[in-house]
Amino acid sequence: MNLQEILDVVDGEMLVEPLYNVDLERACASDLMSDVLLFTKPSMLLVTGLTNPQAVRTADMAEAPALLFVRGKYPPKETLALAQEMGIAVMLSPYTMFETAGLLYEAGLQGLGKLPIIKQR
Amino acid sequence: MKSRFALLSLMGKSGALTKIHELVREMPVSRVMTTSPATLSPDDSMQDFQALLRKLRISGAPVVEDEKLVGIISIEDLIHAMETGELSHAVREYMTTGDLIVARAQEPVMEALRRFERTGVGRMPVLNPREKLVGIITRGDITEALLHALQELYAEAEEIQSQPQHFFEALESESTNLLLRYHVEKDDFARGGDASAKIKQALLRIGASPKLARRVAIATYEAEINLIIHTDSGGFILADIQPDEINIVAQDSGPGIPDVELARQPGYSTATSEIREKGFGAGMGLVNIDRCSDEMSMWSAVGVGTRLQMKFDVSPEEARIK
Repeated sequence: MNLQEILDVVDGEMLVEPLYNVDLERACASDLMSDVLLFTKPSMLLVTGLTNPQAVRTADMAEAPALLFVRGKYPPKETLALAQEMGIAVMLSPYTMFETAGLLYEAGLQGLGKLPIIKQR
Repeated sequence: MKSRFALLSLMGKSGALTKIHELVREMPVSRVMTTSPATLSPDDSMQDFQALLRKLRISGAPVVEDEKLVGIISIEDLIHAMETGELSHAVREYMTTGDLIVARAQEPVMEALRRFERTGVGRMPVLNPREKLVGIITRGDITEALLHALQELYAEAEEIQSQPQHFFEALESESTNLLLRYHVEKDDFARGGDASAKIKQALLRIGASPKLARRVAIATYEAEINLIIHTDSGGFILADIQPDEINIVAQDSGPGIPDVELARQPGYSTATSEIREKGFGAGMGLVNIDRCSDEMSMWSAVGVGTRLQMKFDVSPEEARIK
């Protein structure tokens, strides 16, 4: 799914344009950056409510070419500047995380599939 | 010096034959021919033809009248004219006419090559679909195009062979390593990930595969965030890059972890809600490091500090750019 299709589905806004034509195969929606890094896969869209620069760092480490911030929360300028520098596209969805994810999933964007269970204390 | 045969065998692997095959079968004559060739009018004299041959060092030319090909004149025809002492006579009297052997601009080079073989001619005028003369093709043009393609394939094969099998391949020593050191400030969330991003960049630059660079970067990033969140006064990250392994150390001088085993449990965290709001502190960092690295060890003493060591094996495939 390309970025324009994603924007159309969530009625979103492009904040940082991609460096090249991005085609995403799957998305991961989380506010926990370690969780994102634990299960990262190539060509992944990172959907998150976390708008600080660490979201961009995480996308960079995870090689996610695009970020989608949710619930209309406009990110601070440091975040946008870092995204620009790192060449990561940034978009904004006016829907909550749940609804954004639901709309994208319904439109055919895949998730990460079934993950191993990690017992926590 | 590299053996040409080794290069050839390599080219075989990279599909050299396929490429030459493609060239001959699919490349149109128009790509190989000489465009706007010298032409003569049927009314030019054989002397004019002789001057043209001398000037352009060619051995024949198409004869054109009203933009239409009407004949071909060659060096044999000139010899014939010389023998009879009729150099002042018109080209029209000596040129070959009738069923001329021509090539089509759009046909594959392979077809032209077959026609050369079958007819034994040295050159063929090239016509476009509207029967206009657009060029001339010789066997030499085809050979030149093939040699050019071969040269490109050689260059490609040589490049493949010169790619490093491991880091620092060109450097000779008993042991080679590259040390990268970064200081990480406590609470410096804004710059968090800077060191990891730089290590990742360095690895990619010296030829690591993206996969290797990614797992080193993710593990280092988690360690870097730990230094920012949990230390008294920050710490440092040291990356030791060797031909077959990468060791990363994240070290601080306190406060130290009372129970290292407990800290390694998934989901265990001492992070404040403020840290959690920033997207970290969910107790998965060390789990992540463990997963990304080939070996991980942690030493800690309260009041002294913590030392986290991560080792990454570099397989030959991972050390090479894909």
